[in-house]
Amino acid sequence: MDNWVKVAPLQEIQKLGARVVRTHDGAGQALEIGVFRLEDDRVFAINNACPHKGGPLSEGLVYGEKIACPMHSWKISLVDGKAEEPDVGQTACYKTKVQDGMVYLELKDQ
Amino acid sequence: MQKMKLVVVGNGMAGMRTVEELLKIAPDIYDITVFGDEPYPNYNRIMLSPVLANEQTIDDIILNTREWYAQNNIQLYTNARVNKIDRKNRVVYAEDGTVAEYDRLLIATGSKPFMPPIPGKELAGVIGYRDIKDTNEMIATAKLHKHAVVIGGGLLGLEAANGLKIQGMDVTVVHKNAWLLEKQLDKTAGTMLQKSLADKGLNFLLNKNTAQLHGDEHGRIKAVSFSDGVEIPADLVVMAVGIRPNFALAESAGIHCDKGIVVNDTMQTFDPRVYAVGECVAHRGISYGLVAPLFEMAKVCATHLANFGIGLYKGSVTSTKLKVTGIDLFSAGDFSGGEGTEEIVLHDAVGGVYKKLVIKNDKIIGSVLYGDTTDGSWYFQMLRDGKAIHEIRDHLMFGQDSLGNTGHQGQDKAAAMTNEMEVCGCNGVCKGTIVKAIQDQGLFTIDDVKKQTKAGSSCGSCVGLVEQILASTLGGGYAPPSTSKAVCGCSDKNHEEVRAEIRTHKYLNIPDAMKGMAWRTPNGCATCRPALNYYLLSTWPHEAVDDPQSRFINERVHANIQKDGTYSVIPRMYGGVTSPNQLRKIADVADKYAVPMVKVTGGQRIDLLGVKKEDLVGMWKDLDMPSGYAYAKGIRTVKTCVGSEFCRFGTQNSTQMGIDIEKAFDHMWAPHKVKFAVSGCPRNCAESGIKDVGIIGVDSGWEIYVGGNGGIKTEVAQFLCKVKTHDEVLEYSGAFIQIYREEARYLDRTVHWIERVGLEYVKQRVLEDAEGRKAAYERLLFALQGATDPWAERVKKPALQKEFEVISV
Repeated sequence: MDNWVKVAPLQEIQKLGARVVRTHDGAGQALEIGVFRLEDDRVFAINNACPHKGGPLSEGLVYGEKIACPMHSWKISLVDGKAEEPDVGQTACYKTKVQDGMVYLELKDQ
Repeated sequence: MQKMKLVVVGNGMAGMRTVEELLKIAPDIYDITVFGDEPYPNYNRIMLSPVLANEQTIDDIILNTREWYAQNNIQLYTNARVNKIDRKNRVVYAEDGTVAEYDRLLIATGSKPFMPPIPGKELAGVIGYRDIKDTNEMIATAKLHKHAVVIGGGLLGLEAANGLKIQGMDVTVVHKNAWLLEKQLDKTAGTMLQKSLADKGLNFLLNKNTAQLHGDEHGRIKAVSFSDGVEIPADLVVMAVGIRPNFALAESAGIHCDKGIVVNDTMQTFDPRVYAVGECVAHRGISYGLVAPLFEMAKVCATHLANFGIGLYKGSVTSTKLKVTGIDLFSAGDFSGGEGTEEIVLHDAVGGVYKKLVIKNDKIIGSVLYGDTTDGSWYFQMLRDGKAIHEIRDHLMFGQDSLGNTGHQGQDKAAAMTNEMEVCGCNGVCKGTIVKAIQDQGLFTIDDVKKQTKAGSSCGSCVGLVEQILASTLGGGYAPPSTSKAVCGCSDKNHEEVRAEIRTHKYLNIPDAMKGMAWRTPNGCATCRPALNYYLLSTWPHEAVDDPQSRFINERVHANIQKDGTYSVIPRMYGGVTSPNQLRKIADVADKYAVPMVKVTGGQRIDLLGVKKEDLVGMWKDLDMPSGYAYAKGIRTVKTCVGSEFCRFGTQNSTQMGIDIEKAFDHMWAPHKVKFAVSGCPRNCAESGIKDVGIIGVDSGWEIYVGGNGGIKTEVAQFLCKVKTHDEVLEYSGAFIQIYREEARYLDRTVHWIERVGLEYVKQRVLEDAEGRKAAYERLLFALQGATDPWAERVKKPALQKEFEVISV
């Protein structure tokens, strides 16, 4: 079943910036998701933890379709959550959409 | 769009490196076909010597597997020697009947061993030393036969001889000159080398001309005789007297050749559709046989194949190392001396160390190192960059000062370290891991090693060691990076060029700057954006637009991110002086926000650690103190001692001087962090000797020291000048910092900048040019005019607080 939640108006996420969404997963565990806005206004959402040492990716530097982690500069793809080679790892991705200037995020079934 | 067809003739290191570089920058414009006449995919030819010496296997040295070709949609034909190019119809033909059409052709046919015209050279058992086949033949011969003769005492010959000895043969090296490696070494070093190799069991016949190779009844080599009549037995003869560019194919196709395929600075041949790279080319009349120049060519060629039309290859200065385990030698440039040259020589015959530097017009033009090559890369870098050396001449011979380096057990010579010893203390990388990665993964640059092994990628203090390991593992394949390097992969421009263009074209924001300077990426990367942002702001204060999204998180939120994603908050305490009121406020805030740790910092102030991002704005409001910029590439602290107000030794009021400096330069951004200290007497309790600007009060005034650093590598600050008054301290130190702000590269500390430009330059700008000094100081004051406290600003403006709010759903 669809589980789209409202995040924030697009204009409240900086271009080449991010906001943090705090929620719970299906099992009731706390979950933090980074929602990122690219230069062309596409919006991506990934689990807010770097596969390296769990750094908060939302605080990194956005460029192209990537985020450079603020901890040790691992480069993570916002599209598929994968770390740029030679680093290895992946973080979970979430679907997003922008409707009438509002950003939505699809959470997994709860 | 229909893709163009690129055909590559030659499946070796130069050709494939070009293809790799091309795929990096333009992956989709060509259908690529590669012809190689060997049965293997591309392998690391410079690692053949370690294979012969049983240190590596053939599998270890494969650089691109067949899967790699498949993954990149490259059609690979191995065992396919191209024997005809039809330029009119743009088709290449291979001996096995394979045919391929091209829109562009890349010739990378490499070189061939030179076989001197000695009677008997066609006998079985007489080979060159070039490829896997030759290597395998040597290994196979060693199992059946005893006597090996290597003709040629150059790099290749000595590596072959060493390997054959390890394979169990009796080896004699024949050389026509009076000493070994005469192109790389002077007589002294050559003789020392010969002794070391003789100790390993090699035999040498110098000053010998080979007259004839004698065969047995089966047409196999059995003996070698010389012009002086001497004859020695031989079951294997390796010809290693040199290589020759392999340009027969190109020549037969009517492409202009002159001792090599003639190319221009874009690696284009006389046929505009045909490019050539590697050992087969003659560029400005020179053919190269080492891997470093080939890679430089590959990079340039790729940009032209990608239709970028940028990048010029202007030739290379090369250096040499011999890959024989246990022998340490390095040479570069012109070391033969001659008119107008000077030599600095250090010779310890018993210790087995010999170093010679050849200097002309205040620059190193050549060097020979034997027994201790630790500083080879450093000398080579100065040689290539043409750096003036008079300032460091008196200690040049003793090498780059490695004192004060931390994190690797005080080791500064990689050769003396065992494989188990830790090189990189940040990421826990041992020497053996680095060596293996270089060999197995085919790494050629410091950046490759950093990327693949992580060694040297954090604090960087071990990069010198990593470089030594890289140089000794690669031998002649290593070229130290030029100090003038591109800002990042998004552009080919170096820092100085970027700064100059920002000034000339008056770029005021990042998008304009990137567009104007033809950045290859739409919005840069995590390396160039912060640099550009700083360059814009420092060049055009009050006019350029600051881009918070191009700043590292700490500068964006004005706090230091910690390992768990919390932050630390450090308010300013000018000169390290506080008051009961301030302390009470800090205590109250720490209680209110349940701050997990309150710590006194090394910069004489108080750090509140473990603060949640969403609490930052509230804390700043409650603290009502200015930001300490403890997170900034900018002015950090001004450390002070008690000074003459209280101290019985104090000669000057250092505390007040420190407060005044910190207030005068508050809010200042810089290429990297900037730390000051002011001591009230030469006892120097504020540790002025290891600060970017260290000031020491003496009875008659103030001494100013610059370029100190207490961090990764402890650097002692150098004396700049002595001034009399308080105002002069501000003017001189301010001018110094302003010139650093305007001219250093982003992420250079003052010490790195001074190292590059020289203290004399700094003195000339700050001391000799009085008007220039005053103007620089004025520019700094202008840049800081009206600067506001970033914490107070965020407290005042709710719009700026959005970033700090978490969205809960």
